[in-house]
Amino acid sequence: MSASKTDHTFDSFGDSSASATRVTPGNALRPEDIAIQQEKPGELVAQYALRLGDDALILAQRLSHWISRGPELEEDIALGNIALDQLGHARSFLSYAALAWDKTEDDLAYFREEEDFRSLHIFEQPNGDFGVTVMRQLITSIYQHLLYTALLDSSDETIAAISAKAVKEIDYHRDHAIAWTLRLGLGTEESASRMRHALDILWPYVGEIFEDEELHAQLGDVGVAPSSLHAAWEEEFTSVLKDAELELPTVPFAMARGRRGEHSEHLGFILAEMQVLARKHPGATW
Amino acid sequence: MAAQQKGSGSLSAVLSPEEQAGQDRFEQIIADDSRIEPRDWMPEAYRKTLTRQMSQHAHSEIIGMQPEANWITRAPSLKRKAILMAKVQDEAGHGLYLYSGTETLGTPRDVLNDQLMEGKAKYSSIFNYPARSWADMGAIGWLVDGAAIANQVPLCRASFGPYGRAMVRICKEESFHQRQGFEILLELANGTEAQKKMAQDAVNRFYAPSLMMFGPPDSDSPNSSQSTAWKIKRFSNDELRQRFVGMIAEQVKVLGLTLPDPELRFDEKSGTWIHMDLDWVEFKAVIAGAGPCNAQRLQRRRDAHNEGAWVREAAAAYAAKMARKTEVA
Repeated sequence: MSASKTDHTFDSFGDSSASATRVTPGNALRPEDIAIQQEKPGELVAQYALRLGDDALILAQRLSHWISRGPELEEDIALGNIALDQLGHARSFLSYAALAWDKTEDDLAYFREEEDFRSLHIFEQPNGDFGVTVMRQLITSIYQHLLYTALLDSSDETIAAISAKAVKEIDYHRDHAIAWTLRLGLGTEESASRMRHALDILWPYVGEIFEDEELHAQLGDVGVAPSSLHAAWEEEFTSVLKDAELELPTVPFAMARGRRGEHSEHLGFILAEMQVLARKHPGATW
Repeated sequence: MAAQQKGSGSLSAVLSPEEQAGQDRFEQIIADDSRIEPRDWMPEAYRKTLTRQMSQHAHSEIIGMQPEANWITRAPSLKRKAILMAKVQDEAGHGLYLYSGTETLGTPRDVLNDQLMEGKAKYSSIFNYPARSWADMGAIGWLVDGAAIANQVPLCRASFGPYGRAMVRICKEESFHQRQGFEILLELANGTEAQKKMAQDAVNRFYAPSLMMFGPPDSDSPNSSQSTAWKIKRFSNDELRQRFVGMIAEQVKVLGLTLPDPELRFDEKSGTWIHMDLDWVEFKAVIAGAGPCNAQRLQRRRDAHNEGAWVREAAAAYAAKMARKTEVA
């Protein structure tokens, strides 16, 4: 992608005091701005934003559990930061999707049923040990980096603007995942064995990431067909594995259909925990 | 460690000329209200006191992450979830600076961490109370962080440089934390009946423990006078507690809540706030390990540490391999 695209001015966003460089760090596009913007997405764009938002939200929810449980204090901070970035992306995408239905980000996060979520199974997978979390991060951060980079060219300005902010942050997530994959893959016999195990248990959910839906064709150049990212993902992913002396597993892909609302058994528990307080007090503000 | 032990408790020992010069310089720096830096000569007791105080402070930040982390996954709005995550992350950062500051006194972080996990080191006793409801996120921010700020602002001028400088940044972030806690309570207090009840209940539970965060009354505070002479401590426990009570007595009115203290009043004659008697027996019992959550908090820290052992070993092995590779190349 052209570097200039990231510095694009998205001046039609948010309140009128919005700077011409809103998407630069420190003056970034905020979910609050998106929630009050005039431009509403159509149904298809909203459905697309919902998918990206749900992936990021569920990952944020998963990662946030590490805070105060990391192997080192530095990792409490790093994983917390990654979770916070993902939550930020989720809030932006959900705020945007919500505009189409006269709802809010919180309506979507807290008051939808499991079958209405559109997250991929890979994001729902349990944290496991630190190795499983690192492997899930490696798989998803390489994917998200390719995705958001491609979405800088989205014909939908809001999707492009959110992606422009997100891609810079995901770049760090990817660095973090690669650095730890190398440390753990090449560290000790135990760490290498744990990483092989992590790869085995997560690999079944990689296939779903790159499955196209009818929606992608209908969206045209608003979105990106996931299958178009597969070759680049595989190249980058296998190159990291090679450096870490790990091999691609031979286990088959699972029939995962999160995009149709058919979720892993994990999602029910994730939502039960996430939604419990908000649902106990319907209509309350916090 | 050996070097550190030397001279500690040996008040009668005769100082060498170098030590005498160091001591004179140390005393001059304290008298000038200037800063002692890690490489300066300092009395062993000063080093020991600071190591104890700074590491206790660091441990409090680290253990203090737990009651709040308990609500991250259940935060009732995405905005509150983001704020809470950022706050708990700040606390990890505070722990990190404070451990780093303590290391400049000669004790490595892993030794301090072992002391915490073995139950040999103390941390703020308030974190041994459970965070039962969402409103506790408000009460912890407003009262616990508020008390911490009252304690810590004077520490920005502590005579030991790394401590004072760490406190400047920590206090800035703490004041955000306190405001967000107040805002949580304000929102709840103006919300539904159930929310208001939740807010009042949290304030009721955290009021007395937050007053006890300043430590025992001046009449029963063994470490205070020496710390004051060394300009680590600038105000007495009771003075700081007074300042805090006066502040929250006003702020609670804005919230439309009450403090669970029928005796609370400002006494014009003495110019002081009168508050209820605090339960120092309970305070001591909680410090000694009998609080509702002491066992849980320490076990969680041990679990995280033990479950992360293989990760740290792998990282160390990888670093050693890379270092060898660089040497060969």
